[in-house]
Amino acid sequence: MAEIRISAPLSDEDIKKLNTGDKVLISGVVYTGRDSAHKRMVELLKQGKDLPVDLKGQIIYYVGPAPAKPGKPIGSAGPTTSYRMDPYTPELLSPGLKAMIGKGPRSKEVIESMKKHKAVYLGATGGAAALIAKSIKKAEVVAYEDLGPEAIRRLEVEDFPAIVVNDIHGNDLYEEGVKKYRR
Amino acid sequence: MREIQTDKIIEVVAKLCKDANYYLPQDVMDAFKDGLNKEESEVGKAIFHQLIENAEIAKQDEVPICQDTGFTVVFLELGQEVRIVGGELYEAIEEGVRQGYTEGYLRKSILKDPIRGENTGDNTPAVIYTDIVSGDKLKIIIAPKGGGSENMSEVWMGTPAAGAEGVKNFVVERVRKSGGNPCPPIVVGVGIGGTFDKCAQLAKRALLRPIGSDNKDPFYADMEKELLERINNLGIGPAGLGGRITALAVHIEVFPRHIATFPVAVNIQCHACRHKETII
Repeated sequence: MAEIRISAPLSDEDIKKLNTGDKVLISGVVYTGRDSAHKRMVELLKQGKDLPVDLKGQIIYYVGPAPAKPGKPIGSAGPTTSYRMDPYTPELLSPGLKAMIGKGPRSKEVIESMKKHKAVYLGATGGAAALIAKSIKKAEVVAYEDLGPEAIRRLEVEDFPAIVVNDIHGNDLYEEGVKKYRR
Repeated sequence: MREIQTDKIIEVVAKLCKDANYYLPQDVMDAFKDGLNKEESEVGKAIFHQLIENAEIAKQDEVPICQDTGFTVVFLELGQEVRIVGGELYEAIEEGVRQGYTEGYLRKSILKDPIRGENTGDNTPAVIYTDIVSGDKLKIIIAPKGGGSENMSEVWMGTPAAGAEGVKNFVVERVRKSGGNPCPPIVVGVGIGGTFDKCAQLAKRALLRPIGSDNKDPFYADMEKELLERINNLGIGPAGLGGRITALAVHIEVFPRHIATFPVAVNIQCHACRHKETII
């Protein structure tokens, strides 16, 4: 299993190097966004307005973190289930979003859209929230503060552990992994 | 009559909310270690290592095991010789949840209105079930329930002709369709019988049983074993990335049924199988 270090902004060249099953360690900036923030961003795009953050080359992490204890940058912060973001994802891939981190499989439409726009889907371990929070060094709310845990945060991460689930060639780790162990 | 002060109830509930979210029960930790030994997939083993390390960090730093600190589900067993003094029982429970989630830096995940939204800001209201029992004690069980695994749960109003085979197929199919979404390795709670709502409650209650405990009726204990094997043969594995261990346990609870109905409920629990209890 290859281990690859990546950081945003990501180019098409960076994305091409990633293959399903590769272990990645992410450093640098990652934005958070989940259900309500996705809904708002897609509404803005439909109205022809700018997004609150420029997504070109960026990574979105599907997470609603727990509140930070005093002296800590963030509370426990594991991934949420990604399929709930599927209806919105293709519209965020066209302005240049390059990677998403979450858990659970994506729809056919999202997988096709990732191939078209050269983007990848990365899996983080659901429920490993205290462990993942250790790799998050800084967090600040940059949009939609009223959404509480669902606000968009700008995270600075160091060696955030993830695994490539969908690469740009249409491979899917969930399908392949399960096939191997089904009896 | 034995008197119990609401102040005491508030204090106990607040502590249980924090403890349930910080400390993974020992039976779940033991099941992780057992799962790690049995898992054949390298990725699956790595996930088990992460889950064990995660639980250790949560315990040591007193932070939640998972950021989704759940809907606060409360099971009360109220002795009929208890008199609550100082306020109302349910208000005390809500206040305990409010204090526990605020002081404990737990995530507030509850929206005031299911369609129009707006976070209540303190994780209230809780979902409270009360059983009146004999005696002069109050047992409080707090079981925070995350959204990811709850979303993969289902009630099926089957027909009596479906029988045992119908139940088993429904349960296995429900888990297969869920794949990696509910954060496997999961615990599968199954309720059979009762009414539409009763079987769902049985399935949720089943999640409170210690992992590895069998149904007292050998017929259902055998069904639990068979279901666990069939589920683990699905190959979903830890985190859904493929492997031998998809479920840590299957727990079945049953209730008499109406001659015309055959309700079956599956309540899926993620690997953060959290619950803590205190008897006052």
